[in-house]
Parts: sequence; C-alpha cells; structure tokens
Amino acid sequence: MQFGLSESQEFLKDSARKFFAGECPTAEMRRLMETDTAYDAALWSKLTDQGYTGIIFPEAYGGVGLGKVELMLLMEEAGRALLPGPFFSTVVLAGSVLDAVASPAHKQKYLAPICRGEARSTVAILEANASWNPRDVQLTASSGKLTGEKYFVSDAAIADFIIVVARNGVFVLSAKAPGLKISPMPAMDLTRKLYVVEFNNTPAEEIGATTNLERAFDVATAALSAELVGGMQRTLDITVEYAKTRKQFGKPIGTFQAVQHQCADMYLETESSRSAVYYAGWALEENSPDATTAVSIAKMYASDAARTVGNRGIQIHGGMGFTWENDVHLYYRRAKGSETAFGDATFHRERIAAKVVDSAAIDSGTVTAKSA
Amino acid sequence: MDLNLTPDELQFRDELRSWLATNIPKDWNEWREKPIEESFPYLRAWQRKLQEGRWAAVSWPKEYAGRSATLMQQALFWEEMARVEAPPMANSLGLGLIGPTIIAHGTEAQKQRFIPQILSAEEIWCQGFSEPNAGSDLAGLQTQAVLHGDHYVVNGQKVWTSYGWVGDWCELVVRTDPAAAKHKGLTVLLVDMKSPGVEVRPLRQMTGESEFNELFFRDVRVPAENVLGKVNDGWNVAMSTLMYERGSYGARLHLIFKRYITRLIELAQSIQRNGRPAAQDPIIRQKLAQCSAEIEIMRFNQMRAFSRLTATGVPGPEGSIQKIFWSELNQRLQQIAQEILGPYGQLLGGDPRAIDNGMWSYAYLRTRGNTIEAGTSEVQRNIIGHFVLGLPRSY
Repeated sequence: MQFGLSESQEFLKDSARKFFAGECPTAEMRRLMETDTAYDAALWSKLTDQGYTGIIFPEAYGGVGLGKVELMLLMEEAGRALLPGPFFSTVVLAGSVLDAVASPAHKQKYLAPICRGEARSTVAILEANASWNPRDVQLTASSGKLTGEKYFVSDAAIADFIIVVARNGVFVLSAKAPGLKISPMPAMDLTRKLYVVEFNNTPAEEIGATTNLERAFDVATAALSAELVGGMQRTLDITVEYAKTRKQFGKPIGTFQAVQHQCADMYLETESSRSAVYYAGWALEENSPDATTAVSIAKMYASDAARTVGNRGIQIHGGMGFTWENDVHLYYRRAKGSETAFGDATFHRERIAAKVVDSAAIDSGTVTAKSA
Repeated sequence: MDLNLTPDELQFRDELRSWLATNIPKDWNEWREKPIEESFPYLRAWQRKLQEGRWAAVSWPKEYAGRSATLMQQALFWEEMARVEAPPMANSLGLGLIGPTIIAHGTEAQKQRFIPQILSAEEIWCQGFSEPNAGSDLAGLQTQAVLHGDHYVVNGQKVWTSYGWVGDWCELVVRTDPAAAKHKGLTVLLVDMKSPGVEVRPLRQMTGESEFNELFFRDVRVPAENVLGKVNDGWNVAMSTLMYERGSYGARLHLIFKRYITRLIELAQSIQRNGRPAAQDPIIRQKLAQCSAEIEIMRFNQMRAFSRLTATGVPGPEGSIQKIFWSELNQRLQQIAQEILGPYGQLLGGDPRAIDNGMWSYAYLRTRGNTIEAGTSEVQRNIIGHFVLGLPRSY
C-alpha cells in the first residue's frame, strides 16, 4: 500500500504549481477578478498547451487520459493559485457530465472542443429552490425546447454552450440560442462568477439521461474539495509567514501559543482535508464501492475546514487580515462559494448518514470499556 | 498512489490471519473485564504464544526474533489483532517502546541480557519518565543519580507509570549533571525494580481504577553498566522512545473506533427520541455522520503518514497530527454517545440498567485522559507549530 504520490504524480503537481505561479500570479488573478467574466483567452490557451483542458478525458476525444488522483492534484494547485475563470465549470464540471452521459457522437461534438481548448462551457443545475438534490429539479424540456430559469450557474457568460439538467434529461444549448438570457448574480467569490440563466422556448439538444449524472457530480465535488485544499494550504502559508514576521510586544506573534496553536489547527485541518480528498480521488478512479461516501467525506470535511482555516487566517492577521489588500479574504470568498456548491457539510453529512446510520447490517464486534 | 496491498503485504497479512485462526485464545471474553492483576498471567501466556509464532515483535530486526516488518506490515499487524479482538500482550511497553530503544542505543551485553526476557514476557518493563513537577516539561525532571564508583545512587519520584506494579525493570530518566542545561544533563538508566529503596504505589485516577503507579526511589543503587546510551545523552535516548510511542500502534484505533460508532448507531436505532428512534433525529444523524467520517479521515491520515515514514525512515513530528486527531475524536465520540444515551449514559457498570455494562460512562471519563497522556494536545500543537511550521519556540 502506498498512500503517497508516485513520481509522475509528484511531477504533475510540481509542474502545475510552477505553471500557475508563473502564468497566473497574484497580480494577474487580481486583475482578472475585476473583469466581467474573469476569463483570459491567452491564459486559456496556455492551460490547453499543458494538456489541462483534457486531463482526465479519453485520448479519442483529444484528452490526456490521466486518472482522478491526477485531477485532484491539478485542482489542488489551481486552488492554491486561486485560478480565475471557467476552468472548473468547463473542464471539471461540463467535461465530466459529457464524459458520463453523452454518446460518442455527442462527445466528439462537445467534449472534444473542450479538450482542445476551443470551447468554454458550464452546467446549469440549481433552480430557485437551490436544492442540490437532483430530484428537486423542476425544469422540464418539452418538444426539444426549454422554458424556465436556472440559478447559480458558474461562468455562464463566457460559455460557448451550456449543459442544462432537466427533469427529463440532460440537454445542451448554444450560447447564441434564441430565448436565452444570461444575467449576473453578484456573489462573494469574484474569481468564479455566477449567473441566472433564463430560457424562453429555447431549443436544446438532448445528450443523455440524468441517471449517470451522480457519477459526474461526484468527480466535480471531489475536484472542488481538492481546490479547497489548495486554498487552505495557501491561506496557511500566508498566515504562517505573517506570524513569523509580524512583531508585537517585541517578538514575532507566532511565538505566542494562542497564535501558534491556531496555526497548528490550520495545518491539521488542511492535511486532514488533503488525506480525504486524495482518498476520494483514488476511490473514484478505482470505482471502489465506497467512492460516493468517500466523496461526501471529503466535501463535508473540506467545506467546514476551508471556512475554519479562513477564519483563523484572517484572525491571526489582525487588522491587516480585514483589508482588501490582503489576499486571505479572496480565498475566504472562494471557500464560501465552494462550500455551498454541490452540497455543504450538512448536505453531505446526511448523505453519509443515509449510508452508515441507516445500514441494516450491523456487525459491531465486542465493545468493552478496556478496548481503547 | 496505490492503496491496494502489495503481494508482500498480502502474504504477511494472510500468514498472520491463518496463524491467528488457530492460535487466538477462545476464552478471552471471560477474562477481559477482570482486573489486570488477575488476568496478567493470561496475558503473559498469550505473549509467549505469539513469540513462539514469531509474532510478538514484528517490527524488530530478524536477528532479535522479529520480522523486520515494514511500517505498513506493522499497521496490518495491529489491524488484524484488533479485528480478531486479540488480548493485549503483557509486556506491551517492553515490546513497543523500550525494546526498540535498547536495540537502537544499547550495548551488545545489554541486548543479550534484556531482549530475550522482554520477548518472552519473563521480565516486564515500565517507563519512569514523568514526575510530579515534570510533565509536559519533561526535561525539567529532578530525579537525581550520582555516580559512586561503579554504581549510581538514585533519589527521586516518578508518576503516571504504567505497569509499575508488575514491572521487573524500568527505563528511568534521571539527572546526572545538575550544572548542565536541562536537556543536556539527563541519562537513561535501566533499573531493576527489585532493588532496595524502590517503592511502588497505585495512583487512583478519575475513573476510579488504577492503571498507573507512582514510583519512589530512595538511595537506589544502579550499576554504572546499566546506563542506556551515553551518559548525559538521555534526552535523545528518551525522545527516541517517545517517537516509537506515536508509531504504527495507532492503526488499531480505526477498527476500535469503528466498533464504538457501529454499536452507537445500533443503540440509536432502538433508543427513542421525540417519538422516533434517535437514529432518525436529524441532529443526531448529523453528529453520527460527522463522527463516522472523521474515523475514516483518521485512517487516511495514518495511511499517508505511514507512507511518508516509509519513504523517510524515522518517525517524525507528523505523529503529532495523529495524536491530536485520535484523542480529540475519541472525546467527541464519547460526547455523542452521552447525548444519545441520555440519563442512562451516566450509569456505572454493575447497575442492571446500565447500557453495555457501564462501558459508556467509563469511556466518557477515560477519554479525558487521551488528550493528556503521551503528550498533551498543547504540547502536540507546540510541536506542529515549531517543528512542522517553523514558528519560533513559544517556551
């Protein structure tokens, strides 16, 4: 058993870190977050050159064919850099949905352009009820047309085509489709913009049934958790650096245990999230029977941990942590968006409970006072 | 990354499984709830049996009757032992902590003299580390050893000594150079507990039982050849013992905690709360799920740490994460148990109405010790802050 990264996995992670640091440094990230879509065509073409836009998809569609663990590592590094724009929406979310539900012909038509870096996309899931339970989707296609609205759709304004989850199937429509209206939903995370997407008798192409969506959402959920891990790591690094240099009472504030122990907890929360995310990636890759639960464990823990790590990071920075100039709040904003996306900790705890609390077969062995 | 067992690991596990299948004692359930003073001969016999199968000290080098097991194999060993609910070994400190320290730091004569008796449980070992005025600040210990010709004369007091009441030998940390800086003047002595001047008293803890002892040393003579490692290098010797303390042994906790939570879920399905089973109460469900998830994360953290240790070779400060995680998780688990059991949670063993014979009230109290023993949570956070994150020393 080897729960560490292989040489090639270390290489991928390391080169991704260098790539994001070089091509999307903090100044560039801050510039992009002030734009309408946080998208940059030049950066996108560099992401494509790296093979990142096709990372987990089959070579037949122009992908690179790497595994889910590799996706976790890439997303961790993207999260560390707070990569702005539609990478998650396009590659991780739309790509995984197409990979899971679409026919080979539809994959050639939609997944291949994503892999080749030619198309941006997203998936419209939530409605006004904001429920992540797929059964709560109300929008229904009628004679190949959609009428209704979707909320919290990430990066919709920069998408070339939008994938829509309806009651009776998964549909694709062009950004130029008639009756389509996209308007911003200004939200905390400035690096990943949210939109309302309205359809009015908008023609849409059915690409598959909703039955296989869960698998794609599991991949996206795990990848989002990985992104949170990267954000936590960056928040921890910035905070520890500050605690080493900021002086009060004549010494670095990191000398004080009240500060040091908060940093230790940030470390524990970050590392524990990372362990859960790597395991989820492995379980997805191996199609392990506990993959869905593993994803819920990762998302549950990382959602809470990212918020807590952010709380501690801001607090340790004192007044500096409350300024716009300090980067910690940018990660904190992203963490809030990602915390609720694909179900927050409460949602996933209930999903875990449905598996472990309601399971009929209980074989507890002997429990005694002296066993621990 | 590959979480499947390697052929070597599978073979190790299967060999152990088949050995356990024929050798695991069938009557342990009749003994496990008895006071350890009564069951101790039973535990000695079990250790001897394990030793006959060469399973008593799998981590030890082959030349010392071990199996030179990798860290992952050691983890498998403890998992399997927990899976079959095997009794503990009588000489657990000798096998887990002190034997490895003697193998690492001892002279050839010391190894010849002590190692076989540790393995056979003929000589039980205890540890004399903490003192009334030296807990977290272990290096501040005051028990003194003065060299008189060919022997040391030891005076002082130790506390929180496991197995003190049955110990034949003690790994004792003493101050040999009071003039040196506090970490520099310590030495480890191997002390015969039958020496004149050694007194052992039970220490009654908040659970009501006495797992630990106090040791008193009054003019105890210890031959100079019983120094372990170098004189005044005792801090390094003692630290290597403490590193073993945070090793692969934790692998068994996953199964043990899983048994706790599974039993708790079973209880929650039958205990009524607001007119329905507690297991259907949304808040209880949230808490059970959180706890179950954290039990899994504890295992993921451990597996990652084992893989890292396998790559680097020596146990390091990352053990502090495991210690904080399992001890605080165990406390949260017992708190949830109390919430589910309600007034029944407080009943002590012996009351016919107590659930699981009072296990939950005992565990609730006992787990308060988890964040104190083997390095408090505060010390572990200091270790992470300073040694992992590189923050300045806080003390």
